[in-house]
Amino acid sequence: MNEFIEAQVAFGWEDMRSSYDVVIVGGGGHGLSTAYHLATRHGITNVAVLERGYIGSGNSGRNTTIIRANYSIPEAVRFYQRSVDLYSRLEEETGRWIMHDRKGLLWLVHGVPGTRNERARSIVNQAFGADTVYVTPEEVGEICPEVDLNAGGGEYRVTGGSYSPHAATARHDRVVWALAEGAMKLGVHVHQRTSVTGLLKVGDRVTGVLTDRGPVAAGVVVSAVGGHVSTLAAMAGVRLPIRTHPLQAYVTNHYARSFRPIVASAEMGFYVSQTPRGEMLLGSRIDNQPSYSYRSSYEFLSYCSLPAVTLLPFLRNLTILRQWAGVCDMSVDMSPIMGYTGVEGFLVTTGWGTGGFKGIPAGGEQMAKLIATDRTPELIAPFSLDRFKQDRLMFDPGSTGTTH
Amino acid sequence: MVLRLDCPHCGPRPADEWVYGEVPDPPDYLTEGDERDVDRGFMMSNTEGVKVERWFHAGGCRRWQTITRDTTIG
Ligand SMILES: Cc1cc2nc3c(=O)[nH]c(=O)nc-3n(C[C@H](O)[C@H](O)[C@H](O)COP(=O)(O)OP(=O)(O)OC[C@H]3O[C@@H](n4cnc5c(N)ncnc54)[C@H](O)[C@@H]3O)c2cc1C
Ligand SMILES: [Zn+2]
Repeated sequence: MNEFIEAQVAFGWEDMRSSYDVVIVGGGGHGLSTAYHLATRHGITNVAVLERGYIGSGNSGRNTTIIRANYSIPEAVRFYQRSVDLYSRLEEETGRWIMHDRKGLLWLVHGVPGTRNERARSIVNQAFGADTVYVTPEEVGEICPEVDLNAGGGEYRVTGGSYSPHAATARHDRVVWALAEGAMKLGVHVHQRTSVTGLLKVGDRVTGVLTDRGPVAAGVVVSAVGGHVSTLAAMAGVRLPIRTHPLQAYVTNHYARSFRPIVASAEMGFYVSQTPRGEMLLGSRIDNQPSYSYRSSYEFLSYCSLPAVTLLPFLRNLTILRQWAGVCDMSVDMSPIMGYTGVEGFLVTTGWGTGGFKGIPAGGEQMAKLIATDRTPELIAPFSLDRFKQDRLMFDPGSTGTTH
Repeated sequence: MVLRLDCPHCGPRPADEWVYGEVPDPPDYLTEGDERDVDRGFMMSNTEGVKVERWFHAGGCRRWQTITRDTTIG
């Protein structure tokens, strides 16, 4: 897939310069989107993205690609709705087909507390620009007839839910390649197989990076390294409220019928959608242990599958084809952390955890704006690192569930 | 393979039986009381490599154990 796209894209690979205005560490969605928006929105093109593997080899190429804005706190709804909107324009803007598909998302609940939550969620969503509505069990059955409304013989009876028509999926490697191409066409450098091994410093100030291909000076260094952020930040003397946990997913063989919406139940602990190839794609909660290991486990297959076949009995007839894992930068309050770190010359975009694919367009747009203007944009001010010092945490029940 | 943690009482047991206990470890260069408190409350070393950890064996002997682990493998 990558080779196929690589053969089509309209740019060449450049040699590395000894100095850039902006060096972005990590060629995942957030690093590339920051570079893309620096180039397209601000004309800042003396920029390098340094990626130790290949672009999209981190979580951006391992996720289940759900794009949604149905969070539960106003700051998050506004930010993610911005990202949902940018995603829906990305194909037109880049001229690349990212297989963006507005499927709609059903978030199901099985009892009184959940029902109350989903009513509250839809009110908050509508107030801050997302089109989420509360749905009754009958409406759930109309949107997705496959759901067993009396799941588990009544134990997981569906009592309602919320429906977000805006929710979508997109092909993840196409997203990162579209952003890379868009940035590189304007002169941004992307260097793959380039590992950042240290930081250049003058006093406390970060002035560049050390790589396995030599030192590179930078006006500003942006950390966009996904689950590996604590290791890089430690080199700058920055401490983060982040712990890295594996998150797994799997796909089945193809289901012969069209399964339209994304279906999630946080209470049952899984979510599912259908890929363009017809495979059913399933995910669940993070692994219990903090870890940087990409190992996948049989236990995950069982704890993800059991609730899934209970709610959607047709899944029983399918076969698991592949499973994999990524390592997620989980923040203490489950919300992202963007911007200044207290160390001059060193910015972070992190805490994307299990849900940062959807934030790629807006995250990059806002980080680029921050770099270009040297001020924190209003949309992401609530997500700054100093919120922990100020005891202004951003706990969001909409991001702590298992639905990414 | 799911990660197994070696309990001195119960033997190697799957990670899902355990509860991880974050041990605050503010670095020495933080000297101010407030800074150290914020670090103890929220920040984590999140070590990529060998690390000494505290785990509560909730689904077994129900005791806290000290376990050394390489986070890049397990
Ligand atoms: C199984 C799974 C399912 C998910 N499902 C969803 C979902 O449905 N919806 C959603 O919104 N989100 C989802 N996510 C989360 C989402 O994938 C991430 O939050 C997002 O991709 C983070 O992007 P990123 O650019 O910050 O990090 P990454 O994509 O991980 O990129 C970081 C890059 O930095 C590179 N790097 C690291 N260290 C160095 C170094 N020292 N030098 C150079 N390069 C370095 C890595 O190789 C990597 O390519 C899921 C994640 C997983 C694992
Ligand atoms: Zn024990």
